[in-house]
Amino acid sequence: MSAVLDTHGQHDEHAHHPSGIMRWVTTTNHKDIGTMYLWFSFTMFIVGGIMALVIRTELFAPGMQIVDPDRFNAMTTYHGLIMVFGAIMPAFVGFANWLIPMQIGAPDMAFPRMNNLSFWLLPPAALLLIAAQFVPGGGAGVGWTMYAPLTVQAPMSMDLTIFAVHILGMSSIMGSINIITTIFNMRAPGMGMMRIPLFCWTWVITAFLLIAVMPVLAGAVTMTLTDRHFGTAFFNAAGGGDPVLYQHIFWFFGHPEVYIIAIPAFGVISQIIPAFSRKPLFGYTSMVYATASIAVLSFLVWAHHMYTVGMPVEAQLYFMYATVLIAVPTGVKVFNWVATIWRGSLTFETPMLFALGFLFLFTMGGFTGLVLSIVPIDVQLHDTYYVVAHFHYVMVAGALFSAFGGIYFWLPKWTGRMYNETLGKWHFWLSFIFFNVTFFVQHFLGLAGMPRRIPDYSLQFAEFNVISSIGAWGFGLAQILFLYIVVSTIRSGKPAEQRQWEGADSLEWTHLPSPPPYHSFETPPVLR
Amino acid sequence: MASNTHSAGHYYLPAPSKWPIVAATAMLLLGFGAAFTVNQMTVGYVLLAIGFAVLVYMLFGWFGTVARESESGVMNEQVDVSFRWGMSWFIFSEVMFFAAFFGALFYVRVFSAPWLADIEQRLLWPDYGGTWPTAGPAFKEQFTPIAAWGLPAINTLLLLTSGVTITFAHWALKENKRGALVGWLIATIALGVTFLFVQIYEYGHAYSDLNLKLSTGVFGSTFFMLTGFHGFHVTVGCIMLCAILGRSIAGHFKPEDHFGFEGVAWYWHFVDVVWLLLFILVYWL
Repeated sequence: MSAVLDTHGQHDEHAHHPSGIMRWVTTTNHKDIGTMYLWFSFTMFIVGGIMALVIRTELFAPGMQIVDPDRFNAMTTYHGLIMVFGAIMPAFVGFANWLIPMQIGAPDMAFPRMNNLSFWLLPPAALLLIAAQFVPGGGAGVGWTMYAPLTVQAPMSMDLTIFAVHILGMSSIMGSINIITTIFNMRAPGMGMMRIPLFCWTWVITAFLLIAVMPVLAGAVTMTLTDRHFGTAFFNAAGGGDPVLYQHIFWFFGHPEVYIIAIPAFGVISQIIPAFSRKPLFGYTSMVYATASIAVLSFLVWAHHMYTVGMPVEAQLYFMYATVLIAVPTGVKVFNWVATIWRGSLTFETPMLFALGFLFLFTMGGFTGLVLSIVPIDVQLHDTYYVVAHFHYVMVAGALFSAFGGIYFWLPKWTGRMYNETLGKWHFWLSFIFFNVTFFVQHFLGLAGMPRRIPDYSLQFAEFNVISSIGAWGFGLAQILFLYIVVSTIRSGKPAEQRQWEGADSLEWTHLPSPPPYHSFETPPVLR
Repeated sequence: MASNTHSAGHYYLPAPSKWPIVAATAMLLLGFGAAFTVNQMTVGYVLLAIGFAVLVYMLFGWFGTVARESESGVMNEQVDVSFRWGMSWFIFSEVMFFAAFFGALFYVRVFSAPWLADIEQRLLWPDYGGTWPTAGPAFKEQFTPIAAWGLPAINTLLLLTSGVTITFAHWALKENKRGALVGWLIATIALGVTFLFVQIYEYGHAYSDLNLKLSTGVFGSTFFMLTGFHGFHVTVGCIMLCAILGRSIAGHFKPEDHFGFEGVAWYWHFVDVVWLLLFILVYWL
């Protein structure tokens, strides 16, 4: 009944699609763009990872080791920015590009050309962030949160960073508009909103969050820019402004941002766990509502990042209670994942290992988050390594493990080839162990009072820092194994089956071969 | 939702395109250009100029391509619905951008300025009152805010009228009265451009007569940033109106199928609503 019509009316894509590098530069295909997003993300993961290793090497022993304090501060800043905006977010947009059209039975994304633009805006932004290290004055050591007034006094690298954030914001907004429109408008007949795979739902909600808060971040850095160069006084008390205003605007973006990172990870996990439990996801509807509740609440809790700035106690109480409330929908999600596993017919291939690793470690990161949400405790722990440990448990063991699990899960579908299961398990266990070696001890450092973003520390912290640095190097080196596994799968993996995981039941497994055709669905799939 | 998919019986997929990479190149040049320009480096102006030229080339090329595709009839109803969703979400993102600046205005008026006048700051700034309008405790010169019921009221009238004229243009388009369509569009653009000239005149008046500048503390910051970004959006809106005027003269748009026109009209109404908020919260109250 239907056919794909492209502007040239040709169906043989090899006839008029450019080859070589121009294929990737001009592509309007969601799979090509998804692939580019994922490789870009991995590249930035390596760049940000090298920065992390500079940080951990500097902290291997008390005293100054390899970099001067300014460079150290620049490393913590750009490690954060690059990992958040360059590695984790593009990874999940890559998943969205690859999977959403296949999972809802569409031929491609709603706006294929804008899709290409939202990817190709990322390399210019990455270049700005990397170039910021080499301009006069060096990288801006202001922290990834870019608080005023330090940013107002920072060297010119701050301006490169500001424009990088603007471009990243444009990319995210365009990508999100594309994803949300695709899911609302491109579903196959019969694919109702409550039938789409949970990964698609998590992206609907994430896209909404991104469209809502990326412009607010753009506003915050624009005010920083005009305070720096054009004499405005948004963050200057002498002119009637307030540095704390920056923190309010930033965290109005920043708190939803942590869910922008976490929610697609929830989506990936919600695909993997049912597949390897050979059961449908427990409580699909409650998962959708829980995710939406998390998103709504994320707009109402931003100042829990700012308990120590001197806000009225009533405000502290409100933000504390509102934050604790987020544990309820998050608990629903964790309960549903566990209930899906409960009495399932389980196997433990690499994606499932990463999903279970996620379940344990993300839940732990969630609990330390609850600890930090309590005002009197946070006043003690604010800006210590306890906070660093907390958010790495949710960012690395949460988002990154979910992305790894997703890669192993869908790699057979994407490439038509199976990865090496033994090596995959090695990658999981090395990552899991070294992750905990790196970050578990940071809880103790934080509780003992070691501040974050400081290149030197008192002797009492030495042992745990040694352990943490060894763990970081181990974790970093383990990722070379991951690169090897992916490359060797693409080059010489054994052929994969259409439905490589018999428990996987979304359309890409049930209706499409491995690898899928260039245009996923030339005709809408027939849904039972 | 299933009812609005596949009504035309085929999917529409654009072929590979060079325009996205041209746009990304423009943003690369503009990003580095702007960063170097604000630091007074000559290379910055050069990059900015080239980036801007590439951007203009891209806008003509990309939107021209989409307009030609639309007129050739390859886009089906599903694409039309996608455009509607896309434009709606884009406008929502713009709303949130302005929300950041309105939020800053709220914060400085309600919190930071009064806090700077409270008992804890008495030693530092004994004479500071903290009442709005304020340029902060360290700003010693006198300045005068622009009165709401002068030029800003006229500007409100201009923009509200332009919202009416673009609706007349839309009605004319739906009744296929091409002459009236072009006429009302020209009227809309004229009102928009007049608004911009009044705004420029008002800025000059503020700088030369009222001692109200961008650097006049938080009042100047919020006033010029809010009205300035709004003025920028009016400018973009005028450019968009010129584009659909050109397309209307060239015979584009059909009475039942003209999302290119409607998208611009939505944007224009959005700019209108932002102005109403500005008039009330920045000029009047």
